[in-house]
Amino acid sequence: MNAPLVDRYTLAYRAYPYARVPDQDRDTPVRHPVVIVGGGPVGVALALDLGLKGVRALVLDDHEGIGMGSRAICFAKRPLEILDRLGCGDKVVEKGVVWNLGKVFHRDEKIYEFNLLPEEGHKYPAFINLQQPYFEKFVLDHLQALSERGLPVEIRGRNRVDAVEDKGDHVVLTVMTPDGAYTLEADWLVACDGAASPVRGMLGLGFEGEVFKDSFLIADVRMKADFPTERWFWFDPPSGAGASQLLHKQPDDVWRIDFQIGWDVDRAEELKEANVRRRVAQMIGEDVEFELVWSSIYTFQCRRMTRFHQGRVIFAGDAAHQVSPFGARGANSGLQDTDNLAWKLKLILDGKAGPRLLESYDIERIHGANENILNSTRSTDFITPKSEISRVFRDAVLHLAQHHDFARPFVNSGRLSVPCTYDGSPLNTPDALPGGPERTRPGSPCPDVPLDGGFLLNRLGDAKGARFQILSLDTDAPAQFSAHGVDCTVERLDTTGNDLLRERYLGAAPGAVYLIRPDQHVAARWEHWDERAVSEALGRAIGMEV
Amino acid sequence: MAKLIITRNLPSPDDVYAQLIAAHEGLSKDESDALNARLILVLFNHIGDPQVIDEALKLARG
Repeated sequence: MNAPLVDRYTLAYRAYPYARVPDQDRDTPVRHPVVIVGGGPVGVALALDLGLKGVRALVLDDHEGIGMGSRAICFAKRPLEILDRLGCGDKVVEKGVVWNLGKVFHRDEKIYEFNLLPEEGHKYPAFINLQQPYFEKFVLDHLQALSERGLPVEIRGRNRVDAVEDKGDHVVLTVMTPDGAYTLEADWLVACDGAASPVRGMLGLGFEGEVFKDSFLIADVRMKADFPTERWFWFDPPSGAGASQLLHKQPDDVWRIDFQIGWDVDRAEELKEANVRRRVAQMIGEDVEFELVWSSIYTFQCRRMTRFHQGRVIFAGDAAHQVSPFGARGANSGLQDTDNLAWKLKLILDGKAGPRLLESYDIERIHGANENILNSTRSTDFITPKSEISRVFRDAVLHLAQHHDFARPFVNSGRLSVPCTYDGSPLNTPDALPGGPERTRPGSPCPDVPLDGGFLLNRLGDAKGARFQILSLDTDAPAQFSAHGVDCTVERLDTTGNDLLRERYLGAAPGAVYLIRPDQHVAARWEHWDERAVSEALGRAIGMEV
Repeated sequence: MAKLIITRNLPSPDDVYAQLIAAHEGLSKDESDALNARLILVLFNHIGDPQVIDEALKLARG
C-alpha cells in the first residue's frame, strides 16, 4: 500500500485522465452501488451494460486509457451481438476483417484449405478480426458519448485499488491517486482487473490450473503487398521457428503473426527488432516488404477461480478465468460474463432477485469457463503434443488430412469460441416443447433469424433494464405479463414465410411460447401459453425457490 | 447397453491378421507406429459411434 502509481504499459489512447473528484475530500467515505475495478474491455462493457439499465457504476482504473498492442484480435459472434444490444456492435463489425478461407500447413506442405461457409440468416458474422485497442475504443467512445447525455457511469483514471475489505453488507476500498489515497464504499465490487487480478490477491483467493511451458512471440506487421485475407496455420513450420505459426489478417493492412517459440527463451534477445524481422521474413518470404508495428512475447496458463464471487466481491473476465489464446476465448468469454452478470446485479439492487440468483452467475459462468478451458487445452495438446504417442497420432491426423476429408475435423489449430448453453442451470425450467430444436433448448442463447427486413435478436432481451420477454410463435400469448415484480415484454410472431424462424425456434412443434432472459438466453419454453407455468418459470429464472 | 461387438465377428481371422502383419513389413518402428495411428483413426471414423469407441478403448486398456 501507498506505493507510487507507475505505468505498467503504454497507452494507445488516453481516454480518462486523472481528475480530482469530491469523493476524495469527504470526511466519511461515499457509498456507490457498484464499483468496477479495471477499465479493460470487460470492465467497460459491464459499466456500459449497468449504466443502460439505470444502475450507477463507477470504474476505477490505474491507467488513464486503453493499452497499446493488438492482443485479443478475434471477436466472435456472441460478444458482437452483446455489443449490438448495448448499441455499439455495428461500429466494431464495420471496422473488423471477416475472413472465410483458411489454409493448414505441415512442415513445408500445404495439407488442405477450407472455407468457413458461415450459416445464413445472422446479422453478424461468426467472428471478426480486430485489434483490441479498436474494440475497446468503440465501446468506450459509446459509453463516454452516452455519459454526456446522462448515462450514470463514471470512469476514474489513475485510481488504483490498494485494499479491499468485505464488511458483509458492503465493501470498503482504499484507492490510491496522484493526490494520495482515499476511501470508498461499494454495495458490490466487481473485479475485472485481469489475469493477475490484484483484488483476487488482496482477498487471498486461489487461481488454480495448468501452466503451459511454452511462449509465443507475436508480431504485427504492415504489408502493402497483395497478401491474401486468409488464415494460415503451420504445424512444425519449415523455418524451424518453433512448434507452430499463425498468420491472421487485421484491419489497416496489418497481419498478426504468432510464433510458438518454446519455454526456455531469452526474451530480450528474441524481441530485438532484427530477430523478429528475421523470423517474419522466413515466414512471409525474404522479398516481401513489411513494417514491424508491434511485437511481444507471452506465455499462458489455463486456470480459474473455484468460485466467481466471494461475499460482496464478484470476479469477471480474465480475473476469474484464464485460457490459452487458441480459439479466442479470453475477451469473448469475459463479455459473456458481463452479459450474464449485469441483469442479475440490477435485480439484486432493485430487491427483486431471489436468493439463488447471484449463485447462478457462478454456476453458469463456471460452466462456460470449464468449456473454454477444455477446448483450449485440447487445442494446445494438439498443437504441442505432450508425449511421443500423442505426437504420433497428431502427425497421423495431419498425414491423413492431406488427402482425406474425414480426417480434417480432427485437425485442431484452435476451436472458435461459440456461445455457452447453460445446460443444467438452476435458472432453467425443463424443456416442455416436444419436437423443439436442440439449439433453442432452455439455457441456450437465442440464435439470430432475419425478420421483417431486420433481425430477431434486435427485438429480444433487455439492454435498458432487467425485463424478461415472452416470445410466442404461431400461438396466443397475452399482450402484457408480469410476475414476482418483474415485467415481461411480449413479442408475438407469425412464422408464415419465415423458414429459418421455424427451423430455429419451432422444429417439429406447431407453435411455441418462449420465456427469454434479459441476456437473450432461453429460460423455458412450452407449446402453449400457460400462465401458472410461465409465472413459476419466471420465479425460478430470477433465483427464487419454486 | 453395451454396443461393442465382443463375440466372434470375422469370417476369416487368419486372413486379416496376415494382412495386418504384411502391412507393416519393411517398416521401421516409427513408420509402423505411424501406420498404426493412421489405421486407428480410419477405423474410428468408420465406426462413427463414440460409445463403441469408448467401450473398445476400455476393453483394450484391460
